[in-house]
Amino acid sequence: MARFSAAIAGRAISLLLFLAVWEAAARLIQNRLFPGAGAVLDTLFYEIVEGKLLHDLAATLLRVAIAFAAAMLAGTVIGIAMGLVRSVDVLFDSWIVLFLNLPALVIAVLLYVWLGLTEAAAITAVALSKLPAVVVTLREGTRALDRDLAGMARSFRLDAWRTLRHVILPQLLPYLLVAARSGLALIWKIVLVVELLGRPDGIGYEIQVFFQLFDIKRLIAYSLAFVAVVLTIEWCILLPLERGLLRWRQ
Amino acid sequence: MAAVSTGITLCIEEKQYPAERGHSAVTAIKGLDARIPPNEFCALFGPSGCGKSTLLNIIAGIDHSFSGSVRFDGDRAPRIGYVFQAPRLLPWRTVRQNLEVVLRRGADPAVVQVLLGDVGLAESADFYPSRLSGGMARRAALARAFAINPDLLLLDEPFVSLDVAAADRLRALLLHLVATRPATVLFVTHDAAEAVMLADRILLLSAAPGRVLDEMRIQIPREQRDQPLIGKLVAELARRGRGSSPT
Repeated sequence: MARFSAAIAGRAISLLLFLAVWEAAARLIQNRLFPGAGAVLDTLFYEIVEGKLLHDLAATLLRVAIAFAAAMLAGTVIGIAMGLVRSVDVLFDSWIVLFLNLPALVIAVLLYVWLGLTEAAAITAVALSKLPAVVVTLREGTRALDRDLAGMARSFRLDAWRTLRHVILPQLLPYLLVAARSGLALIWKIVLVVELLGRPDGIGYEIQVFFQLFDIKRLIAYSLAFVAVVLTIEWCILLPLERGLLRWRQ
Repeated sequence: MAAVSTGITLCIEEKQYPAERGHSAVTAIKGLDARIPPNEFCALFGPSGCGKSTLLNIIAGIDHSFSGSVRFDGDRAPRIGYVFQAPRLLPWRTVRQNLEVVLRRGADPAVVQVLLGDVGLAESADFYPSRLSGGMARRAALARAFAINPDLLLLDEPFVSLDVAAADRLRALLLHLVATRPATVLFVTHDAAEAVMLADRILLLSAAPGRVLDEMRIQIPREQRDQPLIGKLVAELARRGRGSSPT
């Protein structure tokens, strides 16, 4: 516990130092295009209370949530199928390689062209960019399933549900967590590009507007709000979840 | 519901492992016929690689790719408790949960606590398997096999790589469990002393491809088998093994 608070204190000091350096640099440079920490934080509070930051943040998060869920679900099913059935693997392996190497930007542009500048196109583009990585991770996890435990399950006549719940899913869990975390890291970046290209709201759209107006104060404020949300989800949901689910390893 | 021990009639014509990646095909079992009557404690004794584990997997229904038949007495499929060479516990479930997972639908969950007490793991019931010693993990695996109230118990060298004292304690525990919960037992071992200590009957298997060379029945009750007698029986077993093999 003492080590934990020390770690928190260390992080707090490091963060304060960063803000101080930033503020000092801004005062030294004295340029409208390099606002200081204080000015940006002022703007941030103003935008939260008076502006539409919360609306944009919500729009972005909703897209992330839907795309994330869709990619995880489809990727898991396809990955397990490819890991289990050799012919499915042979059939789809080249597709996966192609999609892994296709830039997210290309997928977004093509979908906007084909489906119009719609919500569906945006979410599909984000989900498709993440999908192949999930498939590859889960395929690897499925291939690594323990044959001895499978034999145990069969000899004790465990039904399909119990085998899945007690034998298979716990083995796939670490792979699901890796897919979730690395996938989320990817989605955070892609969703902004997709919004910037073809959506009328969301953090990505606003950043484009601020870029055109050279409104750097707002641009940084919106980015900070976004980073704060990403880190909150990472630290308050993903990490505790991971610790709880993998408790048996300690 | 009391367990009804089941007899088994084995008639394995051939079991082959197909060739793969530079290894040629291997015939593990060829022409193995045997009858194990209900309630018998039968040891399968033979050199390593003579298809003993393969035979257990065939009987357990894990391995279907063989020619021949495995018949159980009675109309319903027997409940089979399997103790593997490695304990094969689920690492992400506690000892108690490992037993609960295999319970049949409608089985009385109280049986888990009783069994854990019998094998001396009541205190460790909520440990994850990574915290168990080798001997404790074997005891947990033994308790799991008994948790389904088995008609047939398959044991695949369950006490190898334990120190002598721990293995002796586990053998005594196994005999106690079998005495209180009757079942037909098939016990695979390559340890002659272990075989003559435990079994009613020993089937001698040949080197691969495995078949039954000879059998040795031991009429003397287990509790009367002292060290000198065990020594004599081991010598007898060795003699028979030599006598019936071509080398």
